[in-house]
Amino acid sequence: MSEGRQIGEVILDLKNISLRFGGVKALTDISFDVREHEIRAIIGPNGAGKSSMLNVINGVYRPQEGDIVFRGQHHRDMDTYEAAKAGIARTFQNIALFKGMTVLDNIMTGRNLKMKSNFLLDALYWGPAQREEIEHRKKVEEIIDFLEIQHIRKTPVGRLPYGLQKRVELGRALAAEPSILLLDEPMAGMNVEEKQDMCRFILDVNDQFGTTIVLIEHDMGVVMDISDRVVVLDYGKKIADGTPDAVRANQDVIDAYLGVAH
Amino acid sequence: MLYREAGQFKATYAEDSQIFPIRQDKIGIVLILAVAFVGIPLMSVAGFLSDYSFTAILTPFLIFSLAALGLNILTGYAGQLSLGTAAFMAVGAFASYNFMLRIEGMPILVAFILGGLCAAAVGIVFGLPSLRIRGFYLAAATLATQFFIVWCLTKVGWFTNYSSSGVITAQKIEMLGYTFDTAFSKYLFVLSVVCAMALLAKNMVRTNIGRSWMAIRDMDMAAEVIGFRPMRTKLMAFAVSSFYCGVAGALFAYAYLGTVEPEGFNLDLSFRILFMVIIGGVGSILGSFFGSAFIVLLPIFLNVLIHFLESSAGINLPSGISSSIELMVFGALIIFFLIVEPHGLARLWQIGKEKLRLWPFPH
Amino acid sequence: MQFFLEVLLGGLLSGVMYALVALGYVLIYKASGVFNFAQGAMVFFAALTTAGLVDAGLSLWLAAPLTMVAMVALGLLTEKIVLRPLVAQHEITLFMATIGLTFFVEGLAQAIWGANVRSLDLGIEDVPLEWLLENANIAISQFDLVASGIAAALVTMLAIFFSKTKIGRALRAVADDHQAALSIGIPLQHIWGIVWGVAGFVALVAGLLWGSRNGVQFALTFVALKALPVLILGGFTSVPGAIVGGLIIGASEKLAEVYLGPLVGGGIEGWFPYVLALLFLLVRPEGLFGEKIIRRI
Repeated sequence: MSEGRQIGEVILDLKNISLRFGGVKALTDISFDVREHEIRAIIGPNGAGKSSMLNVINGVYRPQEGDIVFRGQHHRDMDTYEAAKAGIARTFQNIALFKGMTVLDNIMTGRNLKMKSNFLLDALYWGPAQREEIEHRKKVEEIIDFLEIQHIRKTPVGRLPYGLQKRVELGRALAAEPSILLLDEPMAGMNVEEKQDMCRFILDVNDQFGTTIVLIEHDMGVVMDISDRVVVLDYGKKIADGTPDAVRANQDVIDAYLGVAH
Repeated sequence: MLYREAGQFKATYAEDSQIFPIRQDKIGIVLILAVAFVGIPLMSVAGFLSDYSFTAILTPFLIFSLAALGLNILTGYAGQLSLGTAAFMAVGAFASYNFMLRIEGMPILVAFILGGLCAAAVGIVFGLPSLRIRGFYLAAATLATQFFIVWCLTKVGWFTNYSSSGVITAQKIEMLGYTFDTAFSKYLFVLSVVCAMALLAKNMVRTNIGRSWMAIRDMDMAAEVIGFRPMRTKLMAFAVSSFYCGVAGALFAYAYLGTVEPEGFNLDLSFRILFMVIIGGVGSILGSFFGSAFIVLLPIFLNVLIHFLESSAGINLPSGISSSIELMVFGALIIFFLIVEPHGLARLWQIGKEKLRLWPFPH
Repeated sequence: MQFFLEVLLGGLLSGVMYALVALGYVLIYKASGVFNFAQGAMVFFAALTTAGLVDAGLSLWLAAPLTMVAMVALGLLTEKIVLRPLVAQHEITLFMATIGLTFFVEGLAQAIWGANVRSLDLGIEDVPLEWLLENANIAISQFDLVASGIAAALVTMLAIFFSKTKIGRALRAVADDHQAALSIGIPLQHIWGIVWGVAGFVALVAGLLWGSRNGVQFALTFVALKALPVLILGGFTSVPGAIVGGLIIGASEKLAEVYLGPLVGGGIEGWFPYVLALLFLLVRPEGLFGEKIIRRI
C-alpha cells in the first residue's frame, strides 16, 4: 500500500439511493461514502448494480430516491456535465473510446473542459488558440509518458489491442485531472501482466496525484490488495461495507459469492 | 525514395502539430497552390486553357468541394447524416442575393458571409431534431429541410424579388473597383475563398471543436461524460456545416451559374454532394476535394466515352442513355466504395503515401 | 361537410397506397435491419418494366409475372452483391449503400426502357363511384377504391404470412436476433432471399397501382419517398404502423393542401408530410408503434 497519502474527509456521500427501470429495481436503498484520497472498491456478482451505481454518481442515471452529497453540497441527482466540471472522471466497462481518433486526440478530449479558446480562434489557429493547444498537448504528453504509451500516440485507437485501449481510456480520464476517478472494471479481460501494469498505474495515480478512486472489479485478489474499503452489492442491495479483511469474513458476502443452500 | 521522412525531427509540439509535418507534403501543397494560383492563370493567358475548362470543370469543382467540405463536417466529423445539403446552399445563395439587392453598397464578401450565416441559422433550426433522433431517422427528417426550403423560396416572392419565373440573376462580383466577370477571374475568386475556408476547416477539425464533433460521432455517451455538451456540439456542427454549404451555394449562384432558381437546389444536388463525401472520404478535408473532382469529371468522361464508342463502333445509342448510365455508374461506385474502401479516395491516397514511404522496399 | 369527407376519403385512399410502399421498407428492415432506401426505386423499376413490356406488345397478365421474376432476381442480386459484403457494418453505411442502389436501379430502369413517360392501363377506370355520388353526393374514385382494396388484401395476406406460416415465424425470429436464429438452424441467407422476393412483389403491386394512376415516370420515386414520413410515424418495424402511418399521411396531406394550401400559396403537399413527421419525431422518436407493440404481430 502507498504510504505517502493521507486519507481525508468524506468527499462523496450517497444516501438511500434507489434506482428503477420501469418495474425493475436496479438499486435499492443503498448508502455508502467515499473519503478523499482513498481507493474505494465496489464488488458483487453480475447484475448486482455496480455499474448502475457509478452511473448514478456521474449523472448518467438519475435515481428515483436518494440524496447525493458531493463536497458538502446536496444533489437530488447528478448531471453529467456538472459532474465532469466538478472533477469526476470515469472509464467504462465496455471501452468507450472514440474509435476514429488517435490516442493523442482521445486523451486531448479529456482536457476539453480546461480549454478556453472558442471555435473562431480555433478556426484561425491563431495566437491564444495555438498556445492553448500546445500547452494542453504538453499535459497530455505527460500522461502518455506516465502510462507508457508513447509509441502509439498517433495510432487510431480502433487499431489497438484491448489492453492498450483500456490504458488509453484511463489516460483520457486522467487528462481531466479529476479529483474522483470512477473505474468500471479496469482489468476485465486482461492477462496477468497487463493487470499488474494497470494495478501499478492505479496505485500511482492515487499516490502521486492524490486522486480518489472508486473502482469496480471482479478480480478479488486485486480488490483485496489495493483497496482501502470495499462495499459489496448483491441484487441491487448493499450487503456489506468495510475494510477488505472485514468484508472477506462477512457471512453474507460468502453466501452471495458461493451461494447458499435453501 | 523521395518520399521519406527519416531525418526530419520535431523538437517542439508546435512543429509536431503542423498541418503538413512532413517536408515533402509541404513542398507538395506549395506546388499545388502554385499551379492553382499561378500556373493555371498563366496557361489560360497563353491560350492553353479555354473558358470551358473554367466554367465546366475548375470552378464547379471548387464550389462543389466547398459544399462537400460543409457536408463532411456534419456527416464525416460529427456523424449526423443529412440529405438536405442543397437546401442550405439555396439559403446561402438567396440570402446573399437579397443582401446585395436590398442594401446599398453591400460588399460582396460581406454578403456571402451574411448569406452563410443565414444558412447557419437555418441549419441550427433544422438541426434541432438531431438532439432526439439519429441515423436514418435523422436522414429522413432532413428531407423536410430539403423540400420545405425549396418550396418556401419558390412560394415567397420576396426571396426572388417577385421574379415571375422564380429565377434570379446574381449581381456582378465586384471588389475594390474590379469586376470579376470573366470565367478566369471568377475561378481565381472562387479559388481564394475555397482555399481560405478549407484552411479554417482544417484548423477546426484539429482543435477542440473538431475533437468534440468526432467524440460525439464515435461515442456520444462517453463524450457527454467527459464534458462535451451534445446539444451545443451537434448544433455547432450543423451551424458550421450549413455556413460552408451556404457560402458554396452563394458561389454556385454568383460565380458558376449566374442565374438560378430554387428548383436548381433539388434533392438530386443534395445526393450528389453526399456522393462526393462518400467517394472522396468520410471525415477527410482532402477527401472532399477528391470526391468533388471525381463527381465533376465522371459525367464528362462518360460522355466522351459514349461518343467514342458510338463513333468507333458505328452504333447509335438512344439519346439520354448517358444520363442513365451516369446514374448507374454513380450508384455502383458508391456501393463499391462502401464495400471496398469505406474511407474513400482519401484513404487510398493515404495508403499510397504509406507505400511510397517504404518504396522500393516491401516493408 | 361533404367536401371535407371527400377530401378525407380521397386522402385515406391514397394513404393506403403510401402504406403499400412503406410496407416494402418495413419487410426488409424487420428481417435484416437494413433500411432499404432503394425500395422507391424498385417501385419505379417494377412499374417501368411492366409498362415497357406491355408497350412491347405483351399482355398485362404476361408482363406482370415477368416483371415479378425480374424483381426477385433484382432483390436476390442486391442481397448477394450489396448487402452480404456489408453485413455487420454500421446501419448508416448500409443506408448509404442503398442510396447508391437507388441510383443504380433508377439508372438501370431508364437505360433499358428509356426516360419517357409511359402509361399503364390496369383496366380499372379512374371515375367517381356512381353509387356513392348519387346517394351521398361524394365523389370517390373507383380506381382509388379498387387500389386500396388490393393494397388492403395484400397487407392482410402478409400479416397472415408472418404470423401463421413456418417461414413467417422464421422471419420473425431472424428479425429479433440474427445470431439466435442461426443457432437454432434457421437458414439466414434463405430467409433474406425470401424477404427480398416478397419486398419485390410489394414493389411490383405498388408500382402497378401508382404507375397506372399517375403515369409511369421518374416522379414515381418521389411518391415512394413519401413512404419515409409514413415510416417515421408508424415506426420502422411495424406493419400496422405502416398502415396507420400511411392513412395519417395520406389524409393529412390532402386536408392540409385543400384547407391550408390556399393560405400560403399551395403546393404544400410536397413537404407537409415530412414536416409533420419531423414534428412528430420530436414528441415521440420511436413512432406510433414503437418496438414493443410490433412483437405481437
